[in-house]
Amino acid sequence: MPANTMSKAERDQSHARVFDLSQHTLRELNQALHKLTPGSNETAWEVLNPKGSHSVAVGVDQPVSIDVRGSVGYYCAGMNDGAAITVHGSAGPGVGENMMSGSIVIKGDASQYAGATGRGGLLVIEGNASSRCGISMKGIDIVVHGNIGHMSAFMAQSGNLVVLGDAGDALGDSIYEARLFVRGKVESLGADCIAKEMRPEHLELVQGLLDRAGVTGVKASEFKRYGSARKLYNFNIDNADAY
Amino acid sequence: MCGIVGLFLKDKALEPKLGAMLSEMLVSLSDRGPDSAGIAIYGAATGNEAKITVQSPKPDRDFRGLDAELAKAIGAPVSVAVKSTHAVIRTTPDKVDTAREALQTLRPDIRIMGAGEAVEIYKEVGLPEAVVDRFDVRSMTGTHGIGHTRMATESAVTTMGAHPFSTGADQCLVHNGSLSNHNNMRRELIRDGMKFETENDTEVAAAYLSNRMAHGKNLGEALEGTLSDLDGFFTFVVGTKNGFGVVRDPIACKPAVMAETDQYVAFGSEYRALTKLPGIDNARVWEPEPATVYFWEH
Repeated sequence: MPANTMSKAERDQSHARVFDLSQHTLRELNQALHKLTPGSNETAWEVLNPKGSHSVAVGVDQPVSIDVRGSVGYYCAGMNDGAAITVHGSAGPGVGENMMSGSIVIKGDASQYAGATGRGGLLVIEGNASSRCGISMKGIDIVVHGNIGHMSAFMAQSGNLVVLGDAGDALGDSIYEARLFVRGKVESLGADCIAKEMRPEHLELVQGLLDRAGVTGVKASEFKRYGSARKLYNFNIDNADAY
Repeated sequence: MCGIVGLFLKDKALEPKLGAMLSEMLVSLSDRGPDSAGIAIYGAATGNEAKITVQSPKPDRDFRGLDAELAKAIGAPVSVAVKSTHAVIRTTPDKVDTAREALQTLRPDIRIMGAGEAVEIYKEVGLPEAVVDRFDVRSMTGTHGIGHTRMATESAVTTMGAHPFSTGADQCLVHNGSLSNHNNMRRELIRDGMKFETENDTEVAAAYLSNRMAHGKNLGEALEGTLSDLDGFFTFVVGTKNGFGVVRDPIACKPAVMAETDQYVAFGSEYRALTKLPGIDNARVWEPEPATVYFWEH
């Protein structure tokens, strides 16, 4: 295809720096990514043969795009700060842990504690996420096309979790101010997590996140909102007998 | 941590490769547990032969002349195939209990790893690679098998503390996690006639399953029972003569991933363990649900 008929993304892809993990070590990959400086021309990366490796593309702090061709193990894209990382496969535990900014897209499923403690950016899981998705999230936005497992959004502090499918047991246990939006069934709500009214600003928020996550054919009005009843925030003297 | 693997073949054409496939899976998880490793392989049961896998700290002394002495003691034909510190004793199925008793007198230092018509169990201290090489596991054929690489948390790093644990004929179990009510459960099981070799928590889980199956439960029902009767963290993979099962505790913090194709069902603590299996790119890959029993039987 002649270069002038390519989209920007395709042009980037054609010049992508390819890193084959069957030929190079994981450390070489991550060190090369960490050496990137602002304004670098190496804005597109492709990682081949991850084969379940741990810690693929962790700690990237430049706005580059990284396509990982295959499934990854623990902690992929952790601490991401500005990169657009796509995993063309499934991810093991702790994907996108403590993300600061940027985006991560998982084309398959994600294992437990996806997006844990994330402070910013957008994590999209196109399959299902298992237990503890968004645990202790602190500002990250997470969109899951499928279902999420039990204890998701445990102690979630801020940010938004949008789930197109169902949620498992104890959703939002001990939640602070994160907003949870679930389209399907919720197995059970955790302590101090309650259903709340979808106001116009929430519809707008969910629609914006669906758009950013590339979700089509789903309306924001199909979601229910869950959040904190704010009853665990302060010690209640009436509960003194329980201690 | 610990790493566990399991492989249940549906396609007979893969049976000659079972040992090689399972070894590859286990070695890939070496960094989840460097203390000891073990593997249980199930061959096809013929119905007219039983196998007892034994281990000795002094194999040269204990295995020499054992076949003739044991045959004389139990009055039945016996063969002994030595593999490093282990040996597989073959005799007729009706003589297994007699042989176990005779071994205690003839060779008091011998430990029994497991017995049955199909299973052989090999486990030792060391890395998976060393253990697999020592017992030539890669050349073994079979229908299904399970393996474990251990990072010890609650009992000593010894051969007997390595997994798999076997507490009933053709039954064995590997475990990632730790149990908190194992002392109480061990006492209850001892009262019901179960015997224990170690102080290890996983042996209690194995004995629990054997005990429930001895009381008439099938593998699925016995696994279901672990969810209410065992307290702690666990992902179990279990083998029986013709089956293979998986269960995770309700909290499910110990990792697990499974893959299924027309040729096999595979289990690994991590996806890494599955990447070299044939057709894995098109396999159905999923994370087993918490508090849910999965089992397959031939």
